[in-house]
Amino acid sequence: MGIDWFPLWLSLRVAALSTLIGLGAGLWIAWLLAAREFRGKAVLSSLVTLPLVLPPTVLGYYLLVLLGRNSIIGSVWERIFGAPLVFTWQAAVVAAIVHSAPLLIESARAALESVDHSHERAARSLGASEWRVFWKVSLPLAWNSILAATALAFARSLGDFGVTIMLAGNIPGRTQTVAVAIYDAVESGQGATARILVLVISALALAVLSVANRVGRIDFGRAGG
Amino acid sequence: MIDARIRKSFPGGKDSAPFTLDIEFKSSARTAVLFGPSGAGKTLTLDAIAGFVHPDEGRILVDDALLFDGAAGVRLPPQKRHCGYVFQNYALFPHMTLRENLAFAAEGLPRLERRRRVGEMLDLFLLADLAGRRPHELSGGQKQRCSIARALIAEPKLLLLDEPARGLDPQLRSALYAALADVRTKFKPQILLVTHDLDECFELGDEMFILDGGRLVQSGAPLDILQRPAAPSVAQLLGRGNILSAEILTLDPARNTSRLRCACGDSHFEIAGQYMPGHLIGDRISLYVRPEQLQALPRAADTAAPALELVRVSERPDGVRLHFRGEITVQMERAAYEGVKHNKDWVVRFRPETLIVLE
Repeated sequence: MGIDWFPLWLSLRVAALSTLIGLGAGLWIAWLLAAREFRGKAVLSSLVTLPLVLPPTVLGYYLLVLLGRNSIIGSVWERIFGAPLVFTWQAAVVAAIVHSAPLLIESARAALESVDHSHERAARSLGASEWRVFWKVSLPLAWNSILAATALAFARSLGDFGVTIMLAGNIPGRTQTVAVAIYDAVESGQGATARILVLVISALALAVLSVANRVGRIDFGRAGG
Repeated sequence: MIDARIRKSFPGGKDSAPFTLDIEFKSSARTAVLFGPSGAGKTLTLDAIAGFVHPDEGRILVDDALLFDGAAGVRLPPQKRHCGYVFQNYALFPHMTLRENLAFAAEGLPRLERRRRVGEMLDLFLLADLAGRRPHELSGGQKQRCSIARALIAEPKLLLLDEPARGLDPQLRSALYAALADVRTKFKPQILLVTHDLDECFELGDEMFILDGGRLVQSGAPLDILQRPAAPSVAQLLGRGNILSAEILTLDPARNTSRLRCACGDSHFEIAGQYMPGHLIGDRISLYVRPEQLQALPRAADTAAPALELVRVSERPDGVRLHFRGEITVQMERAAYEGVKHNKDWVVRFRPETLIVLE
């Protein structure tokens, strides 16, 4: 029995890429929310949380409107890369980011907020720039929680179904991720394929969770610091 | 030199009362102490000077540098204030070794100079053997030395210390005082220290500022304040004096005497005092007298002194305290007390020159 492993590789690639991008942008947003006071902070905070509560199809719809061929972003993309963004594997990455980044941002924000502020104040009084305070003090002290959240975000990207199918579609060999492939397999009566993919994804998610749990617990004897 | 006028209001929330810090002080003492009970606004004052908190209005000058001016819109960030801050919890970076903690503060120096400075400070603060350890592997005293060294390495103009002796046992406390005395001789910065421990004010302070409820209630040399508290509230904060409410019965400027009737619980007694310029017969005043300036004697020894009822006797490291009805406390040397400890009827002798009128 031949199983098509493409959806698994695609999912892993999409999850890795979306987690990386989500971490880069998410850290910055998390820092803004945790450490800065500015107008529109409440709005930004709500916008970040919104994807966690909206149905995936609704998110997918918004993204189609935002990134579709007739949208500004979509047409700019098409001009640069010569092909539309929607219904490509890159669109699956966007879908996975929207699906997983809110979790990452919320966790990173909580982690940055829970850093004992006297450490940051001490760093400032010693003359360290805000940039250095963040990289040398805040981030290292929050790093374990952020890493754990990153692992969770990776697992979440791996499992996105709704947003992906709306934005990237279900094109076997091109945009069909594992979650979509499982749905497809069940629909078309390929029970064995579905079963194997389900088991692989479950094992992977479990492994990621245990890693997340482990890094989340390490600290530097912080209480004594 | 520090010159600060700080006003900052907190409206108060669900579980906090409104609070206003409104103080103005100026000091060129080598070590100035902010003294007061918890919640007086001491740490807030330090935070405002360090730049962690922005006052609503005011002006903060350290030496000749303007750190904050509400009216002119000057708000230097903490990075540019050159104020070293030693936090109550030391705030050593837990993910760095001691050496790295110090090196973090020396970042502005050229590389070779940085290494030399860090090594020098590690030696000076007896941390050289511990340089590779992380903060959680250190004792409280070691962490504190590291925290002071780290603050000094950036060569601050002003060193701010928040309750440095809190949580240290007496031995470490005296080690800290020795270290700070060392800092005063070897380093430039003026020290501004927050404490609610009066002994510490005397141990370290050249000048002391008493804060209560967000206001400055008295300032001066610690000994002067102890001898002449300006108000009953100050005397209460100092916590070691007797405060009596009295009525002036007679005043005689020629002989420099007065006669005072003191209320003592529900009874009264009369004592002799000095002449009180600016007061009239019939005025009600508060008198302050320290326990060691009173004398407790058997009644037979001085029939003119007021008889008081002894309630209890407590042992102190520096002698014995006799507590009389009406909250009058007398401190005696242990040897003197041993001689009269079976006595039943007591009088307390007030010497006129030791009575201080609180305004």
